[in-house]
Amino acid sequence: MAILEVQNLSKWFGSSEVLQDISFTLEKGRTLAVIGASGSGKTTLLRCLNFLERPNEGRILVRGEVLFDADERSRHNEQGIREKRLHFGLVFQSFNLFPQYTALQNVTLARRLMAKTRGEASREVLEGIRDQGLALLAQIGLEDKRDHYPHQLSGGQQQRVAIARALAMGPDILCFDEPTSALDPELTGEVLRVIRGLADGHTTMIIVTHEMEFARGVADEIMFMDEGVIIEYGPPATTLDNPSSERMRRFLERYC
Amino acid sequence: MGFWDVTLILWGGFQKTMLLFALTLVFSLPLGLVISFGSMSRFAPLRYLVKVIVWIVRGIPLMLQIFIIYYVPGILFQQPITERFNAAVIAFSINYACYFSEIFRGGIQSISRSQYEAGQVLGMTKSQVFFRVVLLQVVKRITAPMSNEVITLVKDTALARVIVVVEVLKEAELLASRGLLWPLFYTGAFYLLFVGILTLLFGYIEKRMSYFKA
Repeated sequence: MAILEVQNLSKWFGSSEVLQDISFTLEKGRTLAVIGASGSGKTTLLRCLNFLERPNEGRILVRGEVLFDADERSRHNEQGIREKRLHFGLVFQSFNLFPQYTALQNVTLARRLMAKTRGEASREVLEGIRDQGLALLAQIGLEDKRDHYPHQLSGGQQQRVAIARALAMGPDILCFDEPTSALDPELTGEVLRVIRGLADGHTTMIIVTHEMEFARGVADEIMFMDEGVIIEYGPPATTLDNPSSERMRRFLERYC
Repeated sequence: MGFWDVTLILWGGFQKTMLLFALTLVFSLPLGLVISFGSMSRFAPLRYLVKVIVWIVRGIPLMLQIFIIYYVPGILFQQPITERFNAAVIAFSINYACYFSEIFRGGIQSISRSQYEAGQVLGMTKSQVFFRVVLLQVVKRITAPMSNEVITLVKDTALARVIVVVEVLKEAELLASRGLLWPLFYTGAFYLLFVGILTLLFGYIEKRMSYFKA
């Protein structure tokens, strides 16, 4: 069964429809790369999945459970949304680490606060959270930077910490919003390597990216969006190498 | 009257100055935060009400506000505020809360939306995002403008003498009215010393928060 099912998602900003009737499914453990020109709705799609925007129409299902249904307004109170959005993780283009916390604290803060909210912040639980944070920092190769503050880290290192921070919540689906666009070219490699490692470990991911070669290498599926519509959806071999639409061909000529 | 006697008299007055200063901070800081939330409210009528209040309080002289707080309850409700000092504390607290609220609002709104979103997608509650993520960044950003306001407050307390709260400057004026003029100028030393201590304190706070950039 598909881990993620998006059905007929639409989103308007004022009178402009930025997402038009978006439907797709994603299998567990697969990586989906979303490509398209800026303004095509890619980022809005990620923001809808993470409950940062409210779609006007459509449904979002994870593991068959309806997380969002635009027709049922009453169910979207703050508490409910908070639990549902934990099915998704989001890595931002501009990292958005918390500047006053160290790398390790950035990774563990949300888990610690959640334990406190649930009244289960015993010493063992907090130590478990810390151990998990250290393990995640080791996974991204930054255990020696655990006590560094964000401004003491390079952009690539900050983005890797942001990935660890998102992983700490154990999301079903990890989303990336142009994770390397704010980085100097020589720093993109280390971030892409971490993402590739996650793909090899069968983390389910949705990656909005402009790195075509990376998308080709890491993605199981490619989604090409234009003006809020999915133009192509399928494995790289068909979508990138053999696009059926004129729009996708023109896009690829410009970017590759 | 000798130097030491005058010093003791002025020190007595300055204790009242410092008490007025401290109580004003205790009341105006939380009140200012509440007002700043009101001025950012999504409920438009509340927002406009708060903005009108801030306009009035910042728009008329503090001295006049002290008169209003002291005299108007008696005129309107035959219920005068009997304690002059309390009237001064109320007037100062309301006045400074309005100035603080604008500093708070500026500081809070200067924090990027993406910091809120980063907290939200990690499942934090709104209050967790505010108190655990945003607040310290705000405090860091507003330390310099706050030190300005707090130092101004030290000297504004002298206005309380218009309703005969006998703080340090009023004590000196009483001496002057009896022909002893120099204590009037001597009061400056008290203010300078106190403001010097506050300046060091704010420097220390800034240093304590220099470990991160925001």
